[in-house]
Amino acid sequence: MGTSPETRPLIELEGITKTFGEGPAAFQALKGVDMAIESGDFVAVMGPSGSGKSTTMNILGCLDVPTSGVFRFHGIEVQSLDRDQRSLLRRRYLGFVFQGFNLLARTSALENVELPLLYRGENKAARREAAMRALDQVGLAPWASHSPAELSGGQQQRVAIARALVTEPDVLLADEPTGNLDTERSLEIMELLTRLNGEGITILMVTHEEEMAQYARTIVHFRDGLVERIERGKTRVAEQA
Amino acid sequence: MFGMFGATLLLAFREIRRHLLRSFLTTLGIIIGVAAVITMVTLGNGVTASIRDQISSLGSNVFIVFPLRGDREVIRPFKEDDVEAVAKQIAGAEEVAGSVSASTTAFHNGADWTTSVQGVNNAFLRAQSIDVEVGRPFTREEESAGKNVCLLGPKVRDAIFVPDTSPLGEEMRLGGVSCTVIGVLAERGQGGGPNQDQDNTVMMPLKTVQRRFTGSDDLQYFVIKYDSAYASSAIQDSLIDLLRERRLLQEGADNDFNIIDTAQVNQALGAATGALTAMVAVIAGISLLVGGIGIMNIMLVSVTERTREIGIRLAIGALAREVRLQFLTEAVVLCSLGGLAGIALAFVLSWSLASVIDVPFIFSPAINLLSFLFSAVMGIVFGYYPAARASRLDPIDALRHE
Ligand SMILES: Nc1ncnc2c1ncn2[C@@H]1O[C@H](COP(=O)(O)OP(=O)(O)O)[C@@H](O)[C@H]1O
Ligand SMILES: [Mg+2]
Repeated sequence: MGTSPETRPLIELEGITKTFGEGPAAFQALKGVDMAIESGDFVAVMGPSGSGKSTTMNILGCLDVPTSGVFRFHGIEVQSLDRDQRSLLRRRYLGFVFQGFNLLARTSALENVELPLLYRGENKAARREAAMRALDQVGLAPWASHSPAELSGGQQQRVAIARALVTEPDVLLADEPTGNLDTERSLEIMELLTRLNGEGITILMVTHEEEMAQYARTIVHFRDGLVERIERGKTRVAEQA
Repeated sequence: MFGMFGATLLLAFREIRRHLLRSFLTTLGIIIGVAAVITMVTLGNGVTASIRDQISSLGSNVFIVFPLRGDREVIRPFKEDDVEAVAKQIAGAEEVAGSVSASTTAFHNGADWTTSVQGVNNAFLRAQSIDVEVGRPFTREEESAGKNVCLLGPKVRDAIFVPDTSPLGEEMRLGGVSCTVIGVLAERGQGGGPNQDQDNTVMMPLKTVQRRFTGSDDLQYFVIKYDSAYASSAIQDSLIDLLRERRLLQEGADNDFNIIDTAQVNQALGAATGALTAMVAVIAGISLLVGGIGIMNIMLVSVTERTREIGIRLAIGALAREVRLQFLTEAVVLCSLGGLAGIALAFVLSWSLASVIDVPFIFSPAINLLSFLFSAVMGIVFGYYPAARASRLDPIDALRHE
């Protein structure tokens, strides 16, 4: 890293565009997104369906690359990295939580949480210990040996969060993490994310629901592939209480 | 790194166990291919060994000479003077001895046993390396006078004599001829031809059997043991010349006798098994190719079924080569298990077939190991494309799958 990470934001997007397809069928999902996110922030991304929220999250999560523009993460220009280099970034710095939980079926909660550590080359004992700690953090230690099918939706999402946490990432990306949950479960997940953010993890979350967005410190509004406006320094639900 | 590989291996086993029937059906081609190769090679070795054994029971450096139907469609038998002429005139002939035999029944003390009586002299025992285990061979006087003395094959002794008693000096009867037991032959096993048990025989002096059983001075065949310092072809040539002359065969007339050379039979046998092995290799190759394509197909199915899983792994940071290794490992484990099953099946098959066709079961570690390694390599060859395809999946598309 040539530049000092202290002097610049954790994440910088400059003129990000994303076009899907080619020729007359081409569709520009992002039309020049600029945004900076500081380390330790809790960001909610909102906007109508099809406005480019997931596309942006995929780029931020190093799963996809922009068609043009610059994406700096820790000062690294991610858009010029190859697939495996982006994989290494993900395994080192990022944790993912998906709307559909995306746990491995017929595999215990504990093994699901251990999975990222496997690709880090940790030994079995270290994997087990870290995974148990992560499950304990999300309050699911007693459920370690249960398979996803034996867990409720809220519990599955907490396992997914534990899996994202276990590598102690800098950033946790969550695309509609409460989209498949009822309000009560959703609020529990938001409490959990707030707590983790308090422990120093930067959180980027897409949500449709105003109620969930109130947990964030920054809200980014998307419309038609562009950032419409950004609300910063909000008073959060947790702080209102 | 071992943690990673150990976990990958474990995962492979788990996936295979999850689809046990499918895995089994998939590897059937490999199982059958491997089992066929090993069984054929093992049985081939057994057959070869058994034939070599029979040939070596005829003795090495031995010709066997017997008469054929001649031009006048009558067998012209050999006589004792042919044996004497060969012994005298063929350089390199160490032992020359004739033989006749007849089937008969042996009686002793109320017990009876179907067997054959063979008329030979001691020269025959030496030529064929037949040992007398208990007692003594014939004396010159017994041979020339055609005495009623006999040497028992071990089977005959076991059949009609009380166990653990010595038959030496006992009187017994062969058909209508009584004889005194002077010895017991060493065990020789099967040989000479199908269903010919060399231990179920009684030997008497040649002259005795000719006089009392076959009723003529004809020989059925004679054997020549030659000095290995001589070329067998040279001896054979001079033998043919001599016999043609003695049998007054015209120039151009076919030989009315046949000479079997044990060394030649050995060579022919080697060539035959070589051809058989090549044929088996082709058949096995085809069956393994079909099996390999089956493996490739099922691995492609597996990649499609587990697209979402692959997406998850990629999203949390798996490298392309780690995903490739996972599927490659699965294919190799699957094929190796097929190979092991094939080896087990081959063991059962070749062991039981060997006992059915009555040849020795000769376990060959080399062909078993080779087959196992080959099936593992098949996993790499046919698992590579599906594994590469899995590793090239786009994580976002893969996560959206279904
Ligand atoms: N892989 C793709 N191929 C083509 N079009 C896509 C693809 N992914 C997303 N889009 C389109 O890009 C637009 C933005 O999608 P997305 O970022 O998923 O929206 P959001 O998450 O805000 O609902 C949508 O119109 C969608 O149809
Ligand atoms: Mg979306």
